[in-house]
Amino acid sequence: MNKPIAGGAGSAAGLEVVLPHPRTTQPQRLTRLLENERALAALLLAPAVVILGTFIAYPFIMGVWLSLSSTSVGNAGEFVGVKNFAKAWNDSIFRTAFGNTFFYTFWATLFKLTLGMWLALLLNRHFRGKRIVRASMLLPFIVPTVLSTFAWRWMFDPTFSVLNWLLFRADLITTKLPFLSDGTYGMWCAIVVNTWRGMPFFAITLLAGLQTINPDLHEASSLDGANGWKRFWYVTWPLLKPVTIVVVVFSVIQTFSDFQLIYVLTGGGPANSTHLLATYAYQVGVATGLLGEGAAISLFMLPVLFVVVWLQLRYLRRMEGA
Amino acid sequence: MLIERKWKRWVYFYIPLTVFVVGTLFPFYWMLITAIRPDAELYRSWRAATNTPFWTLQPTLEHFRDLMAKTTFPQWLWNTFFIAVVSTAISLFCGLLAGYALARLRFPMAGTLGTSIFVTYLVPPTLLFIPLANIIRTFQLGDTPWALILTYPTFLIPFCTWLLMGYFKTIPKELEECARIDGATRFGAMLRIIFPIAVPGILSAGIFAFTLSWNEFIYALVFLSSPEKKTVPVGVVSELIRGDIYFWGQLMAGALLGSIPVALVYSFFVEYYVTGLTGSVKG
Repeated sequence: MNKPIAGGAGSAAGLEVVLPHPRTTQPQRLTRLLENERALAALLLAPAVVILGTFIAYPFIMGVWLSLSSTSVGNAGEFVGVKNFAKAWNDSIFRTAFGNTFFYTFWATLFKLTLGMWLALLLNRHFRGKRIVRASMLLPFIVPTVLSTFAWRWMFDPTFSVLNWLLFRADLITTKLPFLSDGTYGMWCAIVVNTWRGMPFFAITLLAGLQTINPDLHEASSLDGANGWKRFWYVTWPLLKPVTIVVVVFSVIQTFSDFQLIYVLTGGGPANSTHLLATYAYQVGVATGLLGEGAAISLFMLPVLFVVVWLQLRYLRRMEGA
Repeated sequence: MLIERKWKRWVYFYIPLTVFVVGTLFPFYWMLITAIRPDAELYRSWRAATNTPFWTLQPTLEHFRDLMAKTTFPQWLWNTFFIAVVSTAISLFCGLLAGYALARLRFPMAGTLGTSIFVTYLVPPTLLFIPLANIIRTFQLGDTPWALILTYPTFLIPFCTWLLMGYFKTIPKELEECARIDGATRFGAMLRIIFPIAVPGILSAGIFAFTLSWNEFIYALVFLSSPEKKTVPVGVVSELIRGDIYFWGQLMAGALLGSIPVALVYSFFVEYYVTGLTGSVKG
């Protein structure tokens, strides 16, 4: 008869040891639940997991389904297998967009890395107005891409281009350069704008990396007779590698999946010659309304993104292990 | 310090730095000068002898006035601000809790969850906008700010979680243990001890999230359709270009006004921003 009461008293006494404050004993069950590491973790992670599950995992599965179906706006569609992928692969505009995406990513990343590294090395020195120069260098990265790309589009305007005016005045050209009215020029213009926008991010993160390097190392190597270039190549660069790899991965992912820059600058034109995968997927999936085909085109990005993310994860694991 | 000759300092330092500064800032100067230049001067032949592209003698506010009178620009600014603030708040809330759990608590699947949140960080919006548009339509959220408020956290939460997780890991565990010995609950210690210390991290995550959502384009382009519901980037693209005609003066005025809020937020918190940026890269 007495057992349950004794047990109850015992557990209450046990509780008192854990929670000596009388105030905290009121919402006992909740408190006890929150003391449990697993329960607390589940509770804390729930909001993030719910949102990410609903708006990333679910759309992803749906995207795969869409790409395998003939869905278009106002038409539920049916399962058609890999027909959409095959159709895209045999489409000459898609081939161009596919090639452009790699071309754009490769050159833009290369330029961003080289110029960003150069700028970081310059900003790492002492000079007057250092703070304001550093702060203003980040502007292209802060200002919404669409808005700054409009300024570039205006600078590349076929009739009123200021760049043409400058080149003409400097006697470098006699006729206007067809900045955006020619596919090849258009692609290079996009690469220039992307480099302009992305370079500050490289510069600032590499600068942060540079500041962690002990100046004694430079001193020592210059005493050993290393010149500027050698000091960079044998001291700075190896130490910067981890930061560089992380920045490059981010940049590759963002550049590879870029949409807004091309959408504003060329709109994929002239004659669909400057499309990237994302802008072409938008044109087919949203502008034309062929949701299935559009979803298939954007899924062509996945293998590349997958490889990049996988390499990044492997690298991070190795760093943690070391 | 290494000793350097004067001409070397010019060739290797001042000249390249000047080129960088001019190249970086010129497009912004060009935005400004276009926005205040009267139309007659704007559309003058590039070979005209009187052409003075780099300055104007008749600055005008006409483009700004047109922008305010002929479009719903103030409404776009408000929409963008509202959506950015609410989605940042949601993402910070989720990111704080999840970041703390991943940094401090031991539970099964912690590693897997951490990795999958990191992977979602790397999923670009352009991969998912078509199926998401479908989902938004099924939830009947199309053409409402909620379509964006609920989807922006998909790229903000992973980022905030990751950044804050890194920040929490730098806070010594002993602080929390002391609080717990003094009788604080796990939850209380997190709320009253750890979160206040993490304020710089929270601020940088918040600023970053705010600028990212102010920048976002493709979701806003696909999910919104009525002119008065648009955000600044989408409104500028869709309402200031009619067919093939670009209203360059108004476009540049809009671009300038649309950039000022983020530039201001950023200039006040530049230090936090940079530490956040570098912190997130160091992971």
